[in-house]
Amino acid sequence: MPQIGSFALLLALCLSAYSFVAGILALAFPGRGSERLGETARRAGIASFAVVFLAALVLVVAAFTDDFSIAYIFHHSNRDLPAPYKFATLWSGQEGSLLFWSLLLAAYGLVLRLRHKTDNRLFAYASMIIAAVQVFFLLLLNFAAHPFAIMQGSRPADGSGLNPLLQYPEMVIHPPMLYLGYVGFTVPFAFALGALIMKYPGEKWIHITRRWTMITWGFLTCGVFLGAHWAYSVLGWGGYWGWDPVENASLMPWLTGTAFLHSVMMQEKRGMLKTWNMWLIFSTFMLSIFGTFLTRSGVVSSVHAFAQSSIGTWFVIFLAVIFAACLAFYIKNRSHLRSEHKLESLVSRESSFLFNNLLLLVACFTVLWGTLFPVLSEWVQGNKVTVGPPFFNRVNVPVALLLLLLTAVGPLLAWRKTSIESLKRNFLWPALGAFAAGVLLISFGIRPWRDVSYLYSLMTIMLSVLVGLTVISEFVRGGRVIARHTGQNLLASMVQLGHRNTRRYGGYIVHFGVIVIMIGFAGAAFNQDKEQEMGYGEKLNIATYTLVCRSYTQDDNPNYESEWAVMDVFKGGKQIATMNPERRFYKASQQMATMVANRSTLKEDLYLVYEGLNQDTGRPIIKAHLNPLVLWIWIGVWIMIVGTIVALLPNAVPVRVPAPARIHAAAPVGAGD
Amino acid sequence: MFHSRSLAKLGLLSITVMLLLSAGDDARFYQLGHKLMCVCSCNQVLLECNHVGCTYSDRMRAELAANLERGDSDDLTLQAFVQKYGPTVLIAPTSTGFNRVAWIMPYLALTLGIATVVLIVRAWKNRPVPVSPGRVAPVTGGELERFREQARRDTAI
Repeated sequence: MPQIGSFALLLALCLSAYSFVAGILALAFPGRGSERLGETARRAGIASFAVVFLAALVLVVAAFTDDFSIAYIFHHSNRDLPAPYKFATLWSGQEGSLLFWSLLLAAYGLVLRLRHKTDNRLFAYASMIIAAVQVFFLLLLNFAAHPFAIMQGSRPADGSGLNPLLQYPEMVIHPPMLYLGYVGFTVPFAFALGALIMKYPGEKWIHITRRWTMITWGFLTCGVFLGAHWAYSVLGWGGYWGWDPVENASLMPWLTGTAFLHSVMMQEKRGMLKTWNMWLIFSTFMLSIFGTFLTRSGVVSSVHAFAQSSIGTWFVIFLAVIFAACLAFYIKNRSHLRSEHKLESLVSRESSFLFNNLLLLVACFTVLWGTLFPVLSEWVQGNKVTVGPPFFNRVNVPVALLLLLLTAVGPLLAWRKTSIESLKRNFLWPALGAFAAGVLLISFGIRPWRDVSYLYSLMTIMLSVLVGLTVISEFVRGGRVIARHTGQNLLASMVQLGHRNTRRYGGYIVHFGVIVIMIGFAGAAFNQDKEQEMGYGEKLNIATYTLVCRSYTQDDNPNYESEWAVMDVFKGGKQIATMNPERRFYKASQQMATMVANRSTLKEDLYLVYEGLNQDTGRPIIKAHLNPLVLWIWIGVWIMIVGTIVALLPNAVPVRVPAPARIHAAAPVGAGD
Repeated sequence: MFHSRSLAKLGLLSITVMLLLSAGDDARFYQLGHKLMCVCSCNQVLLECNHVGCTYSDRMRAELAANLERGDSDDLTLQAFVQKYGPTVLIAPTSTGFNRVAWIMPYLALTLGIATVVLIVRAWKNRPVPVSPGRVAPVTGGELERFREQARRDTAI
């Protein structure tokens, strides 16, 4: 079995190398035979998917058949591991996750190569670049992190088991989502670099890659938030984002990808920011690779240190090669990226996109700076320093607030130039609404002058209301026009409006999701927690809740032993729930893990952790957290996903509205962006 | 009578001060505990470390409580931790020496970024638009405003 896997990886490397070299030759020397050579390169790329898939399949089968002769399976699985986690073994360690990366890249490459007829030449360039990236990962898999390495000595009877922190349902979907995001950015990168190399005329490459970028961005969004939810549910410290280097690594390409999704509209609509967009997508791809480097190299210490080794050097070299290639082709062909229009006013959609990009990039820079500062400090001062949550919160929260403000104002601005009167007209009611929300919150007891976190929280909610109202007003204004002309009710008209320009209105839904998430974040300023030793019948009071410890129970199954508390939850003297915070001891890995009990409502999460026994008294310790508005975050993510799906749908044919007499042609409604 | 009343008042005052101090110590414990990292490599804030089997956090919390009980100032307490566990025990860079750069750079980047964007917008505004042979010459001035106003009226969405 391992031999099949090893052979498949070697064959995949040969096929990808062929696809790359033959692709270059076919493109560099056009003439007789180049088309056929290019076609063989394309087919080799397609075949590489089949072979990488075979290698991944072999590894999964090895996990299910408990083939502990393979070192990777021995280190990341055991006989009693439940089936879903045996499947997840594929991405639970260094070598497997690199193989998984390679598989996803091959899958993206397969789709791209099958759709080559859209534009043969551009797709040939993109295919060649993807093959180059694939060669790097297959080199790693074959020579530096071999997933089918054989155990020395006799075959072990059982494996060491999967890291307990990874034995959680979300770990079966979080890494694939994140990887689909990371790997997916290779596709727009490949198209961008291909378009630059061949001096591709016009903006068609952007139209081609728009869906790829959005899908990839959607996956990355899901991956990032699934990671946050996993951290919240498993790590048991009561939070969802700790600014850990690996979390930061996933956030950075998300920020630049988000900037690209916005600024690319300027290129499509106005032929501007061509160089900027090119470098944004280059940076996004490089940050994806950099994220992988951070995860693997151990250059910064991280709680996610599941897969560290010495392959960091490979990634540094790869990053240097990518950067050199991008820079070389940019210098050679930069004349092709000249802007076609000029910017006419500071108060315009164009400048709002510029500022949006600026803020997203400053946020990205701050995250990168904070992540790497310990390394820089060691280099300069000779000692490492810690850059933890207070740093990131202090520098990023103001930037996020400015971004929120821009999210409110941006959609109200017209392309080219907006009159101050129209801005005032559209902005007045949302601004009054936001102000009213602020007054309401202060009347409910939020005192922004007491603590800066309260001030930030209040501002976040006010700005979120502002964004929400501008989004709603955009729907209502458009819906009213359609309702006036078609006689439909307002709701149906708004749905129709969304169908007519899915990208614009899908984008607004995504913005709506973002503000729901931001409101969820704002709740963190009011978190409370309490820790207490709790024997039978003892009480713990936190805010309006009273927890009464009914009992402690134990259980045993082949994978782990568990012990959990039975806590009755009372509110206003009435029992509202029973919660079971749990601790597990995983037998194969001989490691402990906590399983949080969480009662989530729109208002707040009651989050209980069974922390174990006090070593002095032998009494169990329960920690209770009361985290307001956390559920809003997860709801916001769902709204973002819905918005992304809507934005991906094709536009419905616009309904023709009878135009005023002086215009002879009919004007489509809702087609502007 | 006066004496006993004064004593009672003094006692009451002492109890109040002690209670306040104890509440203040709790707040300081919470505040300082969130300025320190647990050094067990779990990468968590000291008071949030729930790393199962952590051999450091309990000891460090006890040390923090002892320092506060001794009446050490915040700075002295943090300094004692730095001396014992190294500078990585502080959760964020200090605002002294090279560490100041950590705090300055993000704001500097934001300021430079804003300045750059404003300069770019100004430069673009003053730049002539390239007109290709087949393209109609750009409309400017009052005529442009008239066209825009008509477009606004006709596409009132």
